[in-house]
Amino acid sequence: MNPILRFTKISKSFFGVKVLREVSFDVPMGRTVGIVGENGAGKSTLMNILGGNLAPDTGAMAFEGRPYAPSAPGDAARAGIGFVHQELNLFPNLSIAENLFLNRFPRRSRWWPVVDRRRMLDGARELLKEVRLPHSPDTPVERLSAGERQLVEVAKALGSNARLIILDEPTTSLTAFEAARLFDIMARLRQRDIALLYISHNLGDVRRLCDEIVILRDGAVVGQGTPDALAVERLIALMVGREIAGLYPPRPGRPGEQVILEVSGVSQPGVLRSAHFELRAGEILGVSGLMGAGRSELARILFGLDPCAAGTVRLDGRSLSGLSPRERIALGLAFLTEDRRGDGLSTEGTIADNLTSVVLPRLVRGPLGWLDARRSREGVKRLREAVGLTPTAADAQAVKTLSGGNQQKVVLAKWLWNEPKVFILDEPTRGIDVGAKYEIYRLIGELAARGAGVLVISSEVEELIGICDRILVMRRGEIRDCVERGEFDRERILKSALHGEAVP
Amino acid sequence: MSRPGSTRWRWEWVLNQAPILLFAVVVVGFGLLSPAFLRPVNAMNILIQTSSTGILAVGMTFVLLTAGVDLSVGSIMFVAAAVGGKLAVSGFPVAGVIAVMAGIGIVYGSVNALFITRFAVLAFVVTLATRYFGRGLGLRITETRAMNLPEEFYALGATKIAGLPLPVLIFGMVAILAHVVLTRTPFGRHVYAVGADADAARKAGIRTKGVLFAVYGICGVSAAMAAVVALSQAPAVSPGFGNNREFLAIAAAVLGGTSLFGGRGAVLPGTVLGAVLIQTIENGLTILNVNSYLYPLITSGVIFLAVLLDATRCRILARVGRRRIYVETPPEDGPGDP
Repeated sequence: MNPILRFTKISKSFFGVKVLREVSFDVPMGRTVGIVGENGAGKSTLMNILGGNLAPDTGAMAFEGRPYAPSAPGDAARAGIGFVHQELNLFPNLSIAENLFLNRFPRRSRWWPVVDRRRMLDGARELLKEVRLPHSPDTPVERLSAGERQLVEVAKALGSNARLIILDEPTTSLTAFEAARLFDIMARLRQRDIALLYISHNLGDVRRLCDEIVILRDGAVVGQGTPDALAVERLIALMVGREIAGLYPPRPGRPGEQVILEVSGVSQPGVLRSAHFELRAGEILGVSGLMGAGRSELARILFGLDPCAAGTVRLDGRSLSGLSPRERIALGLAFLTEDRRGDGLSTEGTIADNLTSVVLPRLVRGPLGWLDARRSREGVKRLREAVGLTPTAADAQAVKTLSGGNQQKVVLAKWLWNEPKVFILDEPTRGIDVGAKYEIYRLIGELAARGAGVLVISSEVEELIGICDRILVMRRGEIRDCVERGEFDRERILKSALHGEAVP
Repeated sequence: MSRPGSTRWRWEWVLNQAPILLFAVVVVGFGLLSPAFLRPVNAMNILIQTSSTGILAVGMTFVLLTAGVDLSVGSIMFVAAAVGGKLAVSGFPVAGVIAVMAGIGIVYGSVNALFITRFAVLAFVVTLATRYFGRGLGLRITETRAMNLPEEFYALGATKIAGLPLPVLIFGMVAILAHVVLTRTPFGRHVYAVGADADAARKAGIRTKGVLFAVYGICGVSAAMAAVVALSQAPAVSPGFGNNREFLAIAAAVLGGTSLFGGRGAVLPGTVLGAVLIQTIENGLTILNVNSYLYPLITSGVIFLAVLLDATRCRILARVGRRRIYVETPPEDGPGDP
């Protein structure tokens, strides 16, 4: 059968780093093709090229047998390719119907540029029926849940007469019930001979839904085949490309006995339900769970960024109730947010600026409070050595010029100055390449070896299994399971994270 | 997500109706203090006095909806009036003068738009610069002297059609036209989309730069029309003509529920109501013989209130939009998601 989409030797580099290496594969007409790969394997770059947001350095694409080289985001839709993005591109202030028809409003006539509302609403109702969304097309999108919005995106793709729809991590923010509904609709689309590209980290879903699976690693296609030929273990082996054991550094030291962070009964309606756990000095405690299970919310509450209705948090026996993040930092708490660039760093600033930002008030001398340049320089040097920041970067270099891994090291180093007792790390290795990840793991191990308690939140179960002493599993705002090292079992953790999700 | 009957929904409703509620309070308050305030003649007076600022605020609404701002509209008024005044004094026909003034508005708005879209300078900075530039240019043209316009202009302001004074009629037509454009045309809906998320709008295939260009152009023309209406009421161009009007226009739009963060707001009733409200307050204060030095204090209080309302609304909407991980039982919003 003829392919509907063909990638031929697509390559792309950013700042000299190869992100895609001669990627070639076909999407057959009316079939579902899954793309799997670790974060940073090049999936999103490939999709950005397909969508016309990026141009490939070399290589070509063909859609329905014709050369396809989009130069603007609108080109994909015009060609017949629809996107359902992970972060949705809907406008919450507009109605469902307006979102569906945003770039092709039906007009009263050619010379009268007024939207023909009747035709628009009829068309929208038709599309909503296709995706079984029982809402009036006049409903503002901001009143819809995440799952419902996803369905609106699918309807939008259908409405633009897409013959190929790309679903990029569509289930991460959905409940299992909503995901099941989406899968149902995907099956219906297949019956209508619409080809699908399905990108997901959930390998079980990919195997169940796809006719063919393409595995990307470090920007290259490293495997391709039917789900029958690719068991989950085989997929993981191909995605990772090496033995898991070699990915994680050995742990120096063991966790101590002394409880350093005590969390009891912490609750916030709608977000967190009665969280209980203890973190010991020198311990690395992982927090696993699906996207939207409440992991980041837990971290924000512990750090005092979000309100908490009930329960207590004790640091070294001292209650943190009512303390601001600033006061918690002073007591020895450190928090690396999941959004490194937005919250953790001033990317325009230099390495030195960022490293000194936490302790600026302590670097002054004299009655006027001048900055002590020498002390600050020495401190920066010490911190850079402590985290092994790339020696090629100057202190005065802007942080935005560093790689993801080195940026994360800067964030970590910034906090070291304060010698915190407890680190909360939210997705510390997101968007970082494999080599740099190893470095971050080593640093986390060192923090623990020096007696700090480390709470690591991560979406990658493998990573938690690789570095943690204990793993908490969260689901829908609750801690559902706690697994000790030695009993680590990927399946058990996933089950706890998923169990009971099926029917609300 | 809030549904009818829930506490949150009621709060949202109150915030969305705030302009009308505020307006009712003001009218009732002044009415109790002075019966003269409630006479129909006074209501028409308020409308006439509103029309110039109202037209300005309608144009400003387009810009605010895209999360931009145009600080230069007062200067656009001045430049248009200065050139128009010169022409009128030298014997140009009124219709020609108005056409030239409209042209100046378009050109001025396009210059703003060019810097904002092409050179990606912040709208705030661009229009701040062109605000001073326009003031200076106008002063040069008028040689910093006040200029009295021919009688025809005054006649224009006194004209009545079907019992309605021409300024009010123009204001009404501009408002209705703007309302239809914003709510019923593809362009209008794109304005809202760009204001909500310019990057997403671009990805959705909307020509965002074209939309931005158009809104600053529309804002420029509105400013020129505001100048025409103002001249028809007081046919003289003084060096302070149009000065600081931009702030009244922004206040009117925001008071009417248009968000400075973009994507939310409307001309009808929104901005029109906001403009009328501001004028009503000033009118009431005049009738009550309040010391005129207090006006700025009271106007600033109203503007402060408007911005506070906007911020509160955004905060509440953000809280509504915050991710909820599980549904509490019993849910406070009635039955949960279907």
